[in-house]
This record gives sequence, structure tokens and C-alpha cells, in this order.
Amino acid sequence: MKTMKKVFMTALAVMMAASMTACGDSSSDSSSASDGTIKIGLHYELTGSVADYGNAELKGSELAIKQANEAGGNYTTVVYDNKSDTTESVTLAAQLASDGVAGVVGPATSGTSAATYQIMNDSKVTVISPSATAINQTLNPTSGKVYDYVFRICFEDSYQGAAMAQYAVDTLNKGKVVIYADTSSDYAKGLTDAFSAQFKKLGGTVVATDYYNSGDTDFNSVLTKFKELDFDVLYIPGYYNEAGLIIKQAREMGIDCEIIGPDGFDSETLIDLAGASNLNKVYYTTAYTTVGASDALQAFIDAYKAEYNEEPGMFAALAYDSTNLLIEAIEKAGSTDPEAVKTAVENIEFDGVTGSFSFDETHTPIKSVLVVTLVDGVQGDAVAVSPDVD
Amino acid sequence: MTQFLQQMINGLSLGSIYALVALGYTMVYGIIKLINFAHGDIYMLGAYIGFIVTTKLGLGFVPALVISMAGCALIGVTIERIAYKPLRHATRITALITAIGVSYFLEAGTQRVMGAGVQTFPNVFENKTIILGGLRISTQQIVIFAVTIVLMLLLQFLVTKTKVGRAMRAVSVDADAARLMGVNVDATISMTFAIGSALAGAAGVLVGLYYNSINPLMGMLPGIKAFIAAVFGGIGIIPGAMLGGFFIGIVETMVAGYGSSLWKDAVVYLILILILIIKPAGLLGKNTKEKV
Repeated sequence: MKTMKKVFMTALAVMMAASMTACGDSSSDSSSASDGTIKIGLHYELTGSVADYGNAELKGSELAIKQANEAGGNYTTVVYDNKSDTTESVTLAAQLASDGVAGVVGPATSGTSAATYQIMNDSKVTVISPSATAINQTLNPTSGKVYDYVFRICFEDSYQGAAMAQYAVDTLNKGKVVIYADTSSDYAKGLTDAFSAQFKKLGGTVVATDYYNSGDTDFNSVLTKFKELDFDVLYIPGYYNEAGLIIKQAREMGIDCEIIGPDGFDSETLIDLAGASNLNKVYYTTAYTTVGASDALQAFIDAYKAEYNEEPGMFAALAYDSTNLLIEAIEKAGSTDPEAVKTAVENIEFDGVTGSFSFDETHTPIKSVLVVTLVDGVQGDAVAVSPDVD
Repeated sequence: MTQFLQQMINGLSLGSIYALVALGYTMVYGIIKLINFAHGDIYMLGAYIGFIVTTKLGLGFVPALVISMAGCALIGVTIERIAYKPLRHATRITALITAIGVSYFLEAGTQRVMGAGVQTFPNVFENKTIILGGLRISTQQIVIFAVTIVLMLLLQFLVTKTKVGRAMRAVSVDADAARLMGVNVDATISMTFAIGSALAGAAGVLVGLYYNSINPLMGMLPGIKAFIAAVFGGIGIIPGAMLGGFFIGIVETMVAGYGSSLWKDAVVYLILILILIIKPAGLLGKNTKEKV
């Protein structure tokens, strides 16, 4: 028994020593190795509650890298899975910083992204967030100043929430809304605040607001309560897993009014959960739709289909744009020097599949919001909305 | 009033699920004084077995229910044999920690095999809504409630009227004395795990059918709620688990329906705390004197 313990302790010591040297090795690694290979970090939610987004974004990013390499580039990827968990994201951010990457794309959601920003900024690694939409996401929460090395290519929640309110009042002619929000995400909180503010400003009333927890499956009790209220539109700021079930249960209960939501609705899983026949009179805001696609977008869709044999969604497109933007910046900078890459991103005039944009002073793009209409679960129509917010 | 009755229907549907899961907790606790924390995950596996049977084999609701119950019974017995039986004479905390380990093993294993994301359970039969004087009852809700009641009656019959049931009750009172009387204690404990797990499997299929959304971690929260239901009714007492299950389901629904849904879980845990302070033996439990 005693010898066993000794053997075990020795093995442990050896392993620890080995792992320490391993760490030392990787931190001395430079992003541009002697053979000229440039490492790009892809940090996504590949498992866990929002795995759909992370996997779609990984595919988008990998397609961009593949195309860049075919065009003569020399890029490799370092892929990490944060399991949709903020703590895990912090650990991986530190890991990426020591991996010596030229830049990082991801994570997909606001919560996990925010967890990585301080570390990435301190380590001077440029991060492009494809879909971190939370309000003031790119600002340091303590100083209120923008993180120098953090960028995102999506509009922020307040903008998206306000656009939905504008659409509900102006186009759908609604005046009485019930909000059923996810209580466990910053994303939903930002949307709820911005939507309510804009809806009230345009003369509408918020009849009731209630909340659910991420992972809930039973919404019948709250929907039964809502059914007794006098309202003409239901807003569900949240993600597809719960939104799909809420829509299904609401429709089965006979809540027939318009249902509106954010880009968290954008997933095939929403259709599976809600059932196509329940997805009528459903509208959501998004940065991306294939309805009325541009040439660049069509080329992306064709390449994506050829590669993965499936239709790309918004998240894949945003990640594709983010990755291309980073590559373009590295090429413009002509080196992987952190300062040069950051400056190149700051001054970029980017032409992507989700639109053309440059960054404002908060490192957020200036873009318009699209509102998509679902007809039997299929995107029927898309209109651009620019809310007049002050 | 209509809204209240509607909420009762919602609560009874939810409560049925808790009750079925709670029965497994209570039966296992009754017989070997183990809180089987892996029980919620058996329920999750039941949902996945149902999912595989309906999507891959294309079978209907009844075969899915039966196969899932049989599959879960087998898994329950296997877990008991591998993980709990060697610890039968160890301290209770050892067995409890093992149960938590088994729980994580099942969750992580399912994530590995079936993927971590949400899977959509197919609609195995047409869901119609019956409108009865302003009340809306779906055929799914009726099926859930009916299956639960039938299974509970069967269980009650099994425990009180059959030889196996008598053996279970004997082992639960005093395992050593039962062994002296010629009861096969190991077989009886296995049988208890089989029945409890089969009920959890049935609950899993019903939940898959009702909410059509299943994932590898779906057993965690309902598992804990069902445990509270079992404690509420008096852990180890079968009718107590049924009562507790329905009670917790209805309380949760009413809190969400008339208060705020943010409070529903908090209220359920508050009930657990109150029960443990005021009547630790549970609603139907008798205060037994400690035998020295």
C-alpha cells in the first residue's frame, strides 16, 4: 500500500513538472512561427446550452480560414470549447493568450464573451465577437472606457430591442404588449429594457412582464395567466430552446396573437420545438437573412452548402464575417504585431456578407436591423428597420 | 375560477411527473435508506430511450413507454449491482456520494453519446385540445394523468397484495430478520430498483411527449423537486410520494400563475425547509422512537 502511494506521488510530481514545462513552451510560442503560419483562436460554445450557436459559428469561421488558405494565406486555428460556461471561458481566454494567437474570434454569446474581454485586452490579443450583442459589451465595466482590443460585428441589444418595438408599433399596429423574458441572461435583460422603453415612447403600453429561467420546460402556468390579459402582441426576449417551447405551448393554449422576438430565435431547433404549423405570425429581428441575398452573400451560401451540406444561419454568417475581418486586418497590418492588428481593425472599411460597415468609437458596427416574418416556420419576408432612438 | 381550474390542470400534469419520479426515491429510501441521487438521471435516460425508440425504430407511444420502462428497470438494477451493492454495509454517506457520482456519470455519458444539445421528441400521436366550459385540456395532459394513475394503482397493488410486495415491506422493516425468514434480500432490493427506475422511465417518456424537448441535464431539477416531493409526503411512504408529487406540481404552477414565475423554485425549496423543521417525518410520516 505504501509503495503504491509512493509510486502514485512520483507519477503525479512528474506529470506536474511536465505540464509546467508544457506551459512554458506554449507561452514562448510566437503567433507567427518561423514557417510563417499565423494562428487564429476560435473560442466557441461547442457543447452546452447554446451549442447550436457555437457550432454554427465554428463552421463559418473554418470556412473563412479554408478560403483564405486557398487564396494563398497560411493560417491555422486553435479551437476551444467553453461548454457555454463563463468560468470555462475565463480559463480558455488565459489559455488563448498564452497560445500566442494573432487574434481570436468568439465566443458566441454576450455572457461568455464578457468573461474573456479583460484577459484578452490585458494580453493585447484582438478579439472579434461575432454575436455578443449586450449593451456596452465592448466597454470596461469599471472604467466605462472601450477595451482597446475588443470589437464586435453585430448591433447591440438595445438597438435590436428598439427596432422590434418600432416595427411592432409602426408596421404591425400593436399597442399592448406582454413581455415574457429570460431572467438568466444579460442579453434578454438588455432587450427587455430597450424594447419597453421604445414601445412606451411610441405610445404603447406594457401590459405585463414575467420571467422564466433558462432550462425551464413548463410555461403553461404563466401563459394561462397571460391568456386572461388584454394584449395584442407577445414579446419573448430569449433563446430558441425556451422560445420554441413557449410558442408551442402558447399556440396550443389558444394565444393566437403575433409573437415577436430577437435574433435568439434564429435556429432550426426553434422550428423543431415549436412545430412549423405553430410558427405563423411570428417575427424576429436579425442581422442576417437569405431573403433577397446579395451576390457576396449568395457566394457564401453556396460555399457553405458545398462544404457542410446545410444552409448557413445568421451565426455562421457573422462568424464568417468576423474571421474574414480579422484576416483582412492581419493582411493590412502586414504583421501579427498586436498593436498593428488592432489599429488595422479599428480603421477597417469592411464589406461582408452581413453588410458593409465600419466601427464606431465603442467598436460596434453601424448596421441596420432586419425583421424577418415566419410563415409555417419558413422565412417569408424581411424588412430593414432603423429605430429612431436618441 | 376558470383560470384557477386551468392552473389546477397544468399543476396536475406537472405533478404527475414529479409523483412518478418521487416514487422511485421513496421506494429505494424505504428499503435501503439510500437517497438515490442518480434517480433523476434514470428519468432522463427514460426520455432518451423513448426518443430512440420513436425516432430510430419508428414505434408508437405504447411500445415506447413499455420499452423505456423495461430499459430503465434494467439500468436501475445494473447500477444497484455495480455501484450500490458493494457498499451495502458501508456508511450511508459513502453510498450517497456514490449516488452523486453515478448521477454525473450518467449525465456526462449521455452528453457524450447523444450530444449535449436539446433533442426534439417526435409527436407520437395527434395532440388535440378539448375545450370544456372554457377549460382547455390537451389529450397529452389526459394521457399523462391517466398513465400516472394506472401505474400508481399497479404499484399499490404490487406492494400490498403480492408476494414480492410483502418481501419488500419485510426487507424495509428489518432486512436481517427478513433474511432469516427466507426472504431473498438481494433479489428484493434489485426488484425495488427495477420498479422505481421503470416508473422514472415512464415519467421520462411522458415528459418527452408533453414538452417535446429533452436534454442530458433534464433530470437534475425535476430530480431534486421529486426528492422534495418524497420528503414532503414522508420519505419511504408510497402514498406520501404521490401526494407530495401532486402537491409540489400544483404549488409550483400556482406560484407562477398568481405570483411571479421567478419565485416558483424558491417556494418549493422553502417548503422543503419548513417540512424539515416542522414535521421531519413528512406529512404522512409517523414519528418513530429511536430504537436503542
